[in-house]
Amino acid sequence: MSDLLLKAFDNEPNENFPELHVGDSVTVYVRVNVGERNERVQMVRGVVIRLRNGGNNRNFTVRRIGANGIGVERTFLMNSPRIERIDVHRSAHIRQANLYYLRGRTGKSARLREKRDYLSKNS
Amino acid sequence: MKGLLGIKVGMTQIFDETGVVTPVTIIEAGPCFVTQVKDQASDGYGAIQVGFGETKEKRLSGGQKGHLGLLRKSKKHPNRKGNSEVPAVRYLREFRVEESGDYNVGQQLTVEQFAAGDIVDVTGKTKGRGYTGVVKRWGFGGGSKTHGQSDRWRAPGSISAASGTGHVFKGKKMAGRTGNARKTVQNLEVMRIDSERNLIAIKGAVPGAKGGLVIIRGAVKKG
Repeated sequence: MSDLLLKAFDNEPNENFPELHVGDSVTVYVRVNVGERNERVQMVRGVVIRLRNGGNNRNFTVRRIGANGIGVERTFLMNSPRIERIDVHRSAHIRQANLYYLRGRTGKSARLREKRDYLSKNS
Repeated sequence: MKGLLGIKVGMTQIFDETGVVTPVTIIEAGPCFVTQVKDQASDGYGAIQVGFGETKEKRLSGGQKGHLGLLRKSKKHPNRKGNSEVPAVRYLREFRVEESGDYNVGQQLTVEQFAAGDIVDVTGKTKGRGYTGVVKRWGFGGGSKTHGQSDRWRAPGSISAASGTGHVFKGKKMAGRTGNARKTVQNLEVMRIDSERNLIAIKGAVPGAKGGLVIIRGAVKKG
């Protein structure tokens, strides 16, 4: 009973978002404020290294390699109205729930094996 | 007067249209019933007594039932009120009001008396923390972990001077039972109202555990 009441003010989940998995390569389109009143859409492309559930606080972290090979991680709130769109490019075969081990790696060792669906004929 | 009794449901966070996240406490508040009206003539001060939390009649004592008018009038008990205007309620609390004549017994109070943006004070009973030391209870720094110290990490230090005072001052902050006490947090903002489900979302934290009784009042210090 109390659980339902707690969720009474939650945002409606955005149904246009694809189902995300850890290891997915994604592009997140997020609205950011530029100066006083201007807004623009920013793109963040990287690997989902963490998914956290928690009602209205559902979030995920995208890791990308920025300028000069410096890793950049950004956490997005799934229910935030600031997220315009999420594109999933590829999914990876993973054995961990959180891909923190990518943090210590660069280059070839930071690659993930692509998840292939051997049973369906489409792949 | 703006006042309401409620049950703390828990904390969550909500978004506004621009995506700003605010931490809120959800309280299931009301409907409350005016159970008694006190005025200058009857009690020497103006107040309304408010009941909240509908319950089974068998959970109330005879005295409570009589007070709410749930007992039938009969030849043997001609002084009973009979015909109750209020249901059996679990909690009774009083709100001071200047003009208690504006209220009638049986009148309902709901969350609709509040609106988003209102500033309120919230009273609750804080979680009991048992016997705690001075570091947790009063925020003392404790002693040094190193420099040859032992057993002094969370100690209170000196509690008085020897020759000058000769005694420990009254009210000296020491270890002891903490929490489980009435506490009011002032000037919290009402973020949202759900009058259908009798819910109110208040910015920030509110004293007490989930499921605990809280009293919401219009802010004393701000309009």
